[in-house]
Amino acid sequence: MVTPTHDGTGAAAIEARGLTKAFHTQSVLRGLDFTLPWGACLSLFGANGSGKTTLVRTLATLTRHDSGTLRIASLDPARQATEVRQTIGVLTHQTFLYDHLTGLENLHFYGRMYGVPAMDTRIVELARALDFERYMSRRVHTLSHGMQKRIGLARALLHRPRLLLLDEPETGLDQHAIGILERLLKDHCAQGGSVFLTTHNVEKGLTMADHVAILVDGRIAYYQPRALVTPADFRSLYIRVAGVPV
Amino acid sequence: MNLSLRTGLLGLAGVMMLITLYMAFLWVPNEATMGAVQRIMYFHVPIAIIGFVAAGAVFVASIAYLIRPSEKWDAIAYASAEVGVLFISLMLLTGTLWGKATWGIWWDWSPRLTTSLIMWFLYVAYLMLRAYAPKGVRGARYAAVLGIFAMIDVPLVYMSTTWWRDVHPQLLVGPAAPEGALDPTMRTALLFAMLTFLVLYIALTVERYYLRRAEEETERMQLSYEGR
Amino acid sequence: MKAYLSAIFTILWKDFLLEVRTKEVVTPILVFVFLVIITFNFAFEPTPALLAVVSAGTLWVSFTFAGVLGLNRTFAMEKEKGGLDGLLLTPVSRDALYFGKLLSAFFFMLAIEFVMLPVFGILFNLPLFLPSLWLLTVLTTLGFAAVGTVFSAMAVNMRAREVLLPVLFFPIVLPVIIAAVESTSAIFAGAGAGRAEDWSEFARWLQLTAAFDAVFLVVSAALFQFVVQE
Repeated sequence: MVTPTHDGTGAAAIEARGLTKAFHTQSVLRGLDFTLPWGACLSLFGANGSGKTTLVRTLATLTRHDSGTLRIASLDPARQATEVRQTIGVLTHQTFLYDHLTGLENLHFYGRMYGVPAMDTRIVELARALDFERYMSRRVHTLSHGMQKRIGLARALLHRPRLLLLDEPETGLDQHAIGILERLLKDHCAQGGSVFLTTHNVEKGLTMADHVAILVDGRIAYYQPRALVTPADFRSLYIRVAGVPV
Repeated sequence: MNLSLRTGLLGLAGVMMLITLYMAFLWVPNEATMGAVQRIMYFHVPIAIIGFVAAGAVFVASIAYLIRPSEKWDAIAYASAEVGVLFISLMLLTGTLWGKATWGIWWDWSPRLTTSLIMWFLYVAYLMLRAYAPKGVRGARYAAVLGIFAMIDVPLVYMSTTWWRDVHPQLLVGPAAPEGALDPTMRTALLFAMLTFLVLYIALTVERYYLRRAEEETERMQLSYEGR
Repeated sequence: MKAYLSAIFTILWKDFLLEVRTKEVVTPILVFVFLVIITFNFAFEPTPALLAVVSAGTLWVSFTFAGVLGLNRTFAMEKEKGGLDGLLLTPVSRDALYFGKLLSAFFFMLAIEFVMLPVFGILFNLPLFLPSLWLLTVLTTLGFAAVGTVFSAMAVNMRAREVLLPVLFFPIVLPVIIAAVESTSAIFAGAGAGRAEDWSEFARWLQLTAAFDAVFLVVSAALFQFVVQE
């Protein structure tokens, strides 16, 4: 296993050593190690039940790991949860939007909760970037799933987080939105931020990332810079390691 | 605690119970005003006190669990709550029997009785939470929160019912506490019964604790077997 | 401190806006409370003599039922679309989340109660506005919502939550309800006899309720963080 080294600007975005997590009596993460440097975008592949979602929830401070050490931007999520939450932007399968509020009201709500300065300008900026300006004053439940997801993404980006945690971000998005997302993630990393995303989709996962990893049975089974693998090689490798047809 | 110690504890509780039965029914003299019925007190009073001890143990174990989560604290709280419900139920049962014989009524809404009944509801609710809450850490944490609330609530219930009785005339006088003029044999029997029920409580809680740990272990094994 | 208060207010504002849009809490519960009061009226057929004894109980049983219905919604509405995770992700201390949700539950219940108190006065032939009763209602509702918010956050993750919520938290909140019923019947007895309100007699009940509120608020705020942790 090759672990990328720090990029020289100090601590990494994520440092995980020997993370374990069990729900009730079932262990989901079994000693997980990896480092994500600043400025990098990591695609984590894994079959259903490999522990991807649990890992994202652990990194997002929504679940606490049982043992091992975890540092997000060199902060300890157990002790400095508030600071970690300020640093991360999270998007999961759920948008965390309130159905009966408009997109704008939802963003206002989260903007205030995060204490975003110059909130209105920031919201307009994101609405333009993600192209949902026209839909902002409609109640969320009247919007298509893809549009909700875009607003959900804006919610995750609202407070300018340095680290993005995205659980299968491409699902439910159309080609246009995926294009926007890819550009956005590239810019984010170019500006020194980091992205941690999980995915099933080999093609999309490889385009968006500069590092790839495979999660099998609660452990990182593979971790390489993207430049070192070709899509075809990676596909056959993924099938072999994860034991699932892709 | 090893198995022979556990068996010994149960055996001790059994022997002590026999002695308590002998003392309560044959050894002590009849109480002058209340007669033979007063003999229920050798069970009712110790059971009531141990019921509170059990609730206290749930409280302490719950706090310990929230400070330092471990399956041990959780299992202690659980075991103690289950045995506690048993004791509180017996307390209510022996109390109503005595009440019927002495006051002529089964039940009276005096502060003490009301508080006991609410306490029973609190710990039954605790066991229900155990059954309906999500399994694992989260359920254990919920139970700990309720275990703390329940104990804090008991004095509050007593306070609110006492204030209310201050306003209304007292209908009946509650069971009088053992007076100074208690016959020495009665005193000995009561103290011994107290000790007996304490040993019984500890023995039952220890057994339930190990049973609980075994249940968790079995479930773990089952899951890891299915997982392969 | 400013961020703390701003978070509490923001949650309150959001819940208020949602309630205006969906009307899921105040309106249906208002009608429900009305029905409960009417039902009690038929159950007891109160004569003037019985009225003083029964009315206080009727009032608080109806309010307690109403409160549970409201509390069932408090976190259920966060749970839709995973909103609770959304709240938990915000860099806001857990007790600010607690106080935000507590205050919104408190104000919704109070809105219902303040509408129902005069209606109750009309139906039971009592004065429409009794300052002492309104003050008592505020204090009782605060204690009720303080405990209820914690248990509501628990119940969303349980099976049979609608039934379980009252089973879990009625026994806990009972001291406050007992105090409320007792002082309300004192108030009604005074009002029925046409006496001016006797605040000195009443003050000790208010003190007791306020003391319960304080205990419940401190314990609940301290324990809430353990409830929302996964």
